[in-house]
Amino acid sequence: MGPTYSPSPSPAPDSANRRDILSKILRLGGLSAATVAAGWWLRGRSCRPEEELAVTLKTSFLVPADARYPQMVVTQGEDPRALVRKALRCLGGIQRFIARGDVVVIKPNIAWDRTPEQAANTNPLAVSEMVRLCLEAGAKKVRITDVSCGEPRRCFQRSGIASAASAEGAEIVLPEEHLFRQVNLRGEVMGEWPVLEPFIAADKMINFPVAKSHSLTGVTLGMKNWYGILGGERSRLHQRIHESLADLADFMRPTLTIIDAYRVLIRNGPVGGNLGDVELKKTLIAGTDPVALDAYAAKTFWNIDPETLLYLKLAQDRGLGKMDFQQVPTEVLN
Amino acid sequence: MRPPTLRRIRLASQITFFGLFAFLLCKTEFHGSLRSAATEIRLPYPVGTFLEADPLIAFSTALATHALYPRLIWCLIIVIPTLFLGRFFCGWICPLGSMNHFFSDFKSERKRGSKRIDSNRYKKWQALKYYILVALLVSAVFGGLVVGVMDPISLAVRSLGLSILPGINYGLNTFLDGLYNSKLGGLRIASMVFQFFLQHLILSFRQPHFRESFFLGLLFITIMVLNLRITRFWCRALCPLGALLGFATRWAILGMEKHTEKCHDCNRCALHCQGGDDPVPGVPWRKAECHLCFNCVGDCPEDGIKFKFFPGARDTVEKLQLQRRRVCAGVAAGVGLLPLLRSTSGFAVESDPRLIRPPGALAEREFLARCIRCGECMKVCPNNALQPTLLEAGVEGIWTPVLVPRIGYCEPTCVLCSQVCPTGALWEITQAEKIGSSQGDEKKPKPVKLGTAFYDRGRCLPWAMATECIVCEEWCPTSPKAIYLHPAEVVDAQGAVKMVRQPSVDPEHCTGCGACEHVCPVRDRPAVYITSIGESRSVTNQILLRQGGRGER
Repeated sequence: MGPTYSPSPSPAPDSANRRDILSKILRLGGLSAATVAAGWWLRGRSCRPEEELAVTLKTSFLVPADARYPQMVVTQGEDPRALVRKALRCLGGIQRFIARGDVVVIKPNIAWDRTPEQAANTNPLAVSEMVRLCLEAGAKKVRITDVSCGEPRRCFQRSGIASAASAEGAEIVLPEEHLFRQVNLRGEVMGEWPVLEPFIAADKMINFPVAKSHSLTGVTLGMKNWYGILGGERSRLHQRIHESLADLADFMRPTLTIIDAYRVLIRNGPVGGNLGDVELKKTLIAGTDPVALDAYAAKTFWNIDPETLLYLKLAQDRGLGKMDFQQVPTEVLN
Repeated sequence: MRPPTLRRIRLASQITFFGLFAFLLCKTEFHGSLRSAATEIRLPYPVGTFLEADPLIAFSTALATHALYPRLIWCLIIVIPTLFLGRFFCGWICPLGSMNHFFSDFKSERKRGSKRIDSNRYKKWQALKYYILVALLVSAVFGGLVVGVMDPISLAVRSLGLSILPGINYGLNTFLDGLYNSKLGGLRIASMVFQFFLQHLILSFRQPHFRESFFLGLLFITIMVLNLRITRFWCRALCPLGALLGFATRWAILGMEKHTEKCHDCNRCALHCQGGDDPVPGVPWRKAECHLCFNCVGDCPEDGIKFKFFPGARDTVEKLQLQRRRVCAGVAAGVGLLPLLRSTSGFAVESDPRLIRPPGALAEREFLARCIRCGECMKVCPNNALQPTLLEAGVEGIWTPVLVPRIGYCEPTCVLCSQVCPTGALWEITQAEKIGSSQGDEKKPKPVKLGTAFYDRGRCLPWAMATECIVCEEWCPTSPKAIYLHPAEVVDAQGAVKMVRQPSVDPEHCTGCGACEHVCPVRDRPAVYITSIGESRSVTNQILLRQGGRGER
């Protein structure tokens, strides 16, 4: 037992007055009502969580066809910069593709931590010349970006593209995590995928791949370059590579495709690393028919019959271009 | 204006060196440059300076390896002045000490009024650090560098770099993303402005993740919180570097003189004492405990405490008073530690197949004699591929680096980890050395090999599920490729016969970089994985019989 409790000598406490009782009951009543209301409201909000809805948008960056100019140009020469200038002049000049005030995105291949001599990424000189031309034509902004396979900062730096292009005034966009948007590609095998924002926020799109060998499709050229707009688990795409390539080509319709074949990784692509696998072809192929360009490059550098490349056939069936490049108005400059 | 007092100069020094430490730590990362197209990437700042100037690291690796990794010679700029002045490093430079100092100044119920003076008096348990040091150094003599677990610089780099900074990075990014994705235009612009500045200050290019990050952080926070109970508890009782510098104060010529004739026992000198070295009158001053913070000089209302060169030695404990029995216990612990740790099967006999060491790593025995577990290599790895071990390398190898290809692979041209390693556990190699120049030619130098890839054919799409894939071959960075494909006829679920290309590994060319494991579309447990066999650093952990090769020892 503890110490005994002795009541204080003070008079019995005042019994609560009516006013206090009323105010306390009112307060408790209000609190209860608010709790019930909040509970009811929150209950009404409940729904099974769904992933954020993907954006569905149009990504055609095409310019109208013009019968006066060829749809494909093949140029050869010593200087990668001169090749770009020559090709563009022949296609009708840069003004045909770039209007004043355009936001232009150039998508080179900056996939690997390799130097220009190793030919795993697009030629930096050719890219920077394209930047210069676009800015000269009055483009408001020229963005260079790619979702690299290797560590992006290393790839952008060691490919030489970041320094060469930013020297010409391009904006370099590294594929940072917060720049991806969930997009519905509405393809046959490709549904919702994270796409790097600059690729869906542009006025004009220039696909600027480098020609390389690849074990699954034989070659990696223009259409395969579109893998580089995607984040996420893109290694899963190889299971249905032809369908996914056609889907992507259908989704991204570039203003212009330029295939850099100055140095060509003939074997051990697409990463390479051995200078013995690189052949100096000093060629550049540019044009508005992405299917014909890929077919031409495959035939010219690897002697692969375009008929055997299923993805070209699928792309042709969707009306993206002609696989039989001999049917396409072409100009060859030397 | 009065000339700045010694304690103000000390404070400025602490802030400067902590700032420098934090700056170098944040710069222990490859940020990339849009301006340079350098073919070999190196870090622009000497990020390991604090570790390289740490006398404990230099001393213990010298004991373990009988040599000094060249850059550790920087420790002399701490050692030599300490011989003359005493533990100025602890009070003026040490970043962990400065953080402890900062948290010790927080108000706390435990340190109020007379309790505070009492808690700042010298305690016998402060000698614990000397016994810890003895044990750690003795074990270093036998070739095990467990001392790295407790070295204060190593601890600070590891805790901040692998836990606290990634945590801050995550918090800031979440905040910025919230702003960026808000519907208000102003907030979006504000987020971009913040992003711009923070990116250059502290944000990593991509969110780093580390195994055991939580425990490393918890340990660090515990050390900080202990300061609220006892001022600089870590520095007074545990720090092996403090103990080493304490030994070095034996003949220091800078010392304290107490002019007790004016003293009226206010004990204010002990109020802000950092080291617990008894500046109070009536007892001798303990030189080996003093951090030279000079708080007592400023706190004495009678100007009764003076620091001067060649002071009268009356009131000073010059020599450490260690108990012989406990020193012997320390030695015994040091002698016993390594045999105990190495008697497990983990060392040498049955090493973990997933113990893939970074490029440049020395053979395991040599590696463990050098690695101080500072985490610099893990912090700098641009692919976040290097992680601290838990038990993969045995208890002895806790927090040493291991490559985890599922998180990131080893970029063939990257040698940043070997560039930042302060002790040569990852011996500095060049890009050319790492890639080798053999390109298939037997006679030329081979690339550095971390391990070998193996296929789990039960999980590999072309082998098990009649599905085309080849992503591993696509990424394989060696030339010729170490992964080769061969067409095979398979039957799918509908009974149809189709051709797929099935991958296999050529162990001769595989460098174990882990790119294949990293990209394998079978996300959870990849169908191709690296194990350490074939690593160039080991003569015994090999598969292939080669002419000129050595047999098992």
